[in-house]
Amino acid sequence: MNPPAADPLAAGLLERLPLLARDALTGALPEPWRWVANGLLAILAIIVVFSSLFALLTLAERKVLARVQNRPGPNRAGLPLTRFRLGGLGQPLADGIKMLTKEDIVPRGADPVLHFLAPVVLLALSLLTFAVLPYGRLLVPVELEAGVLYFFAAGAATELALFMAGWASRNKYSLLAAMRALAQLISYELPLLLAVVPVVLLAGSLSTSGIVAAQAGWDLGFLPRWFVLTPWGFASFLIFLTAALAESNRSPFDLPEAESELIAGHLTEYSGFKYALFFMAEYLGMTALAGLGVTLFLGGWRAPLPFLEFVPSYAWFGLKLLALLFVFIWIRATFPRLRIDQLTRLAWKFLVPLALLNLGTAALWALTAGWGPALQPLRWLGAVALVAGPFVLLGRGLTAGLRPRTYRFA
Amino acid sequence: MIALAAIALGTLAAAAVALALRDLIHSALLLIASWVGIAAFYLWAGAEFIAFAQVLIYVGAISMVVLFAVLLTRPPTAPATPVRSGRTVPGFLAGGAVLGLLAGAVLSSPLPAGMGAAPAFGVRELGLKLLGPHAGALLATGALLTVALLGAVVLAAGRGKEDAP
Repeated sequence: MNPPAADPLAAGLLERLPLLARDALTGALPEPWRWVANGLLAILAIIVVFSSLFALLTLAERKVLARVQNRPGPNRAGLPLTRFRLGGLGQPLADGIKMLTKEDIVPRGADPVLHFLAPVVLLALSLLTFAVLPYGRLLVPVELEAGVLYFFAAGAATELALFMAGWASRNKYSLLAAMRALAQLISYELPLLLAVVPVVLLAGSLSTSGIVAAQAGWDLGFLPRWFVLTPWGFASFLIFLTAALAESNRSPFDLPEAESELIAGHLTEYSGFKYALFFMAEYLGMTALAGLGVTLFLGGWRAPLPFLEFVPSYAWFGLKLLALLFVFIWIRATFPRLRIDQLTRLAWKFLVPLALLNLGTAALWALTAGWGPALQPLRWLGAVALVAGPFVLLGRGLTAGLRPRTYRFA
Repeated sequence: MIALAAIALGTLAAAAVALALRDLIHSALLLIASWVGIAAFYLWAGAEFIAFAQVLIYVGAISMVVLFAVLLTRPPTAPATPVRSGRTVPGFLAGGAVLGLLAGAVLSSPLPAGMGAAPAFGVRELGLKLLGPHAGALLATGALLTVALLGAVVLAAGRGKEDAP
């Protein structure tokens, strides 16, 4: 089922372009140093690419939110020292300079070491997760046998940094936000992991490239065999998306920094570049989770149609990543924020049972893999029923006894 | 060998300082640092799966439980806990008992004489071993942890009544 490992020479020139560029830079070095230089180059590439993506993402988010709310969004800052505005493309640069030149304030009662350490730890951990994502057929920075586990191990520790920020600020709003962050992240870690387990089960591999390899091939000649196009994969993808939104503190789960209730949550006592680092870590975390979602469910770097395979694989990964990020921004623009009790109830009474049942569906799917074409409709019907039935029933249980609220002005 | 010494020194130093500090949150964070050190040791030994599992479970989950427990049981502005000497002797006894048990188990388990290269163990083999021959041990550990969790809930529920305003 799995194709043999990709042969670098068989791939097209465009496909090999990043590797050729790398070899042109480091090819002259002797062997141990070349390995080190290649590693450093990969780290540099990840930092440069995803930092610029972060800068553009802040602008894109403000622009998209503005368009949804029927206003133009930032459109003044353009090319520096010229009259070209480029629709506000210079905004990230202006924001960066503003953040760098602002005063860095540490409250007198704060724990100075932890207050300083929190954004640094958060950013470092967010960057670590990028190491195992397969960006292209030949572009995997670190090939690990337990790559998915590595991703979650690096991501799990970000909660700690959030807590450090909230506690070290010695501010009741920060601390309350830290407690909320802990409750939320613990609640949503479980559905996130449970949504990934069926993929690992069906792919038979914990390595990210192995999971992409398991999604190779076409059904009926044109339908890609991505996991999202199976009943259990679709359910897993939706659970993953919801939990990923909660894990990256995005709306509608942005309770830890709910500005209408908790000032700015754990960011209240941060200013200047530390504040910017928090934002950078948050966007990087969101990008990494979106990248993992693309890898696990949307076929990774694979083309969506057979005749489109001439486009280099990293372009497909980038396109899918941007599409998923757009969905995240879209959700932020259109959903109201949940209350803390609704948030935990959604996780424990809806997402976790659904994910557990979905695990059973995936196991059934794996057991019936050998069924012939005559039994395939039965297999699909059964799996769809197993996914849709609990969804409807649990959803009814979640909203039982709740009617739309009527507001009366006293 | 230098790497191992550095990892061991860092882990032990973090654990020792965690014991000595009176600020509970600082202690907890240093304890987490020592867990990271243990994960680094697993990585050094080539057991990447165990290392990532250690980080995921200890640094990601158990640390949260510890911090939650600290924050929920005492207000953050409370003065540092005074030294209570009454618990020193039982504490040392319990710690020593655990140490003795572990040391006894390690010393009494036979090691193959010719320890050559480390066996190349994939994640798949590890999973098959865990759920095949060692499934009983895994289940027993799970049951033990569940009982511990239930005990913690019972203790916390008992305390909540006294603290209620």
